[in-house]
Amino acid sequence: MSNTEILIKELVEKHGKCRNSLMPVLQGIVAKERFLSEEAMKKVAEFMDISAADVYGTASFYTFLDTVPRGRNVIRVCQTISCDMAGKDEIINAIEAALKIKVGETTHDGNFSLLKANCMGWCHEGPVMLINDDVYTKLTPQTALEALEKYVVSTNN
Amino acid sequence: MSTKKVDIIFDAGCAIIDVLDKGLAMSKDEVINEIINSGLKGRGGAGFPTGLKWKFAASEQSDKKYIICNADEGEPGTFKDREILTKVPEKVFVGMALCSYAVGAEEGYIYLRGEYNYLLKDLQPKIDIFNNQMQQRGHKFIIKVKSGSGAYVCGEETSLMESMEGKRGEPRNKPPFPTVAGYNGKPTVINNVETLVYTTMIIRMGSNDFKALGTADSSGSKVFSVSGDTPNAGIFELELGMKLNEFVEEWGDGDTKAVQVGGASGHCVPRKNFDKTIIGFEGIPTGGSMMIFNSSRSMYNVLKNYLEFFVEESCGQCTPCRVGCQQLLKGIEAIKKGEKSPAYLEDLKKLAESMKIAAKCGLGQSVANPFISIADNFKEEIIY
Repeated sequence: MSNTEILIKELVEKHGKCRNSLMPVLQGIVAKERFLSEEAMKKVAEFMDISAADVYGTASFYTFLDTVPRGRNVIRVCQTISCDMAGKDEIINAIEAALKIKVGETTHDGNFSLLKANCMGWCHEGPVMLINDDVYTKLTPQTALEALEKYVVSTNN
Repeated sequence: MSTKKVDIIFDAGCAIIDVLDKGLAMSKDEVINEIINSGLKGRGGAGFPTGLKWKFAASEQSDKKYIICNADEGEPGTFKDREILTKVPEKVFVGMALCSYAVGAEEGYIYLRGEYNYLLKDLQPKIDIFNNQMQQRGHKFIIKVKSGSGAYVCGEETSLMESMEGKRGEPRNKPPFPTVAGYNGKPTVINNVETLVYTTMIIRMGSNDFKALGTADSSGSKVFSVSGDTPNAGIFELELGMKLNEFVEEWGDGDTKAVQVGGASGHCVPRKNFDKTIIGFEGIPTGGSMMIFNSSRSMYNVLKNYLEFFVEESCGQCTPCRVGCQQLLKGIEAIKKGEKSPAYLEDLKKLAESMKIAAKCGLGQSVANPFISIADNFKEEIIY
């Protein structure tokens, strides 16, 4: 069994083999692998006994359930109005320049993907970004880049 | 006149578990009648009377019923529920438990938006403690968390239930309403985080004390999320029924040109209407988002940002919303570039009006709110 298969098996056992468990199972895969591969979605369908089309249908609806490959760490910068007014463009420009990628792309080493996201509920402390499940508020270009460094170190260890 | 600050939601002056015991010692009807008498209306934005919702669910015969706490706080400019779940989550749990007692449910869910996943680390242990406390009291009720995965439309109650059932978060037709057929097709009460806290506090303070705050149509207080061009951004609990100019005097930066009340799906109020606008159900109802814009801001950019948001977040199920959002965005961009005449804005307003009537759920229906209020009041900024 591949690592993905083992992971899916564990998740299905933990959450139960019913349609209501589909979201937690998919979320569990994304938490480990950052996106849902075709293989993963087919295996989920097989283990949960639902059609692969249904799995893809659900997965493709949700922004955080990516179905295209992502880096080990996913950066999401808030693009909604308060963060926009607070200077989200400067944050994105700084990250793009530092990682040498554009929004929507993944670095060559597969460490970072840079994405934009809608309102994250920190409008009074923008600009804001999420890296995986961690939130960073009141960003400046400098603090944004400092935040990224933590994720470079953790993968080298 | 000035705004009246209130300290109910974050008030730490009582043992919350005592409120639970107080509620459980009352009869089910007494609990429901207290909430009805308080005049509390849903604090998520839609404003349905909370006590009636509980009463409807209580009157349904079913082997299973559910309580859902809607913590899918996605409305741009709103961040109060995150603060509530961080600071006083026990008040939310007690509200859910009181509701479960009143309507006869044994299972409760908190649907937490995926953007707030980091809250779970602190929240889950507190839920475990609370579930234990319920068990000790011999009251069968257990709270679980379901997480979202980044979809604004899932804040719509029936989309949220679809999502909990492992499906695409597409809204259902209503009726049947959730109190009749909600999660898993069973009677379900779904309340906003803040609403549940108020039910707890109404049982604690008594409905008459709550009703003494606010106005006849908008009883009680409300948590406001203030952002934008203000020296004092943050979360504030205020009595409902204030005039917008009172609010701007306190939170504006002296150069306030407009306030967006109720988030991207709310209304944009220009300076000339501040003194005529009441914040409450008799004026502009709101989920609490107050975004302040000063004269340095382009209202075209504001509207464009909102429309980009709706284009992305429209679930695509119904044509008026899916196509309408895209065309409104394309339309204002074409006017700005001069590809369309200024008169085209009137056509776009008609399109927005049609969406209000024809869209399936609140998302598509409410796009007209920001569009028409900004297009009417800041026409020059859109056209030139």
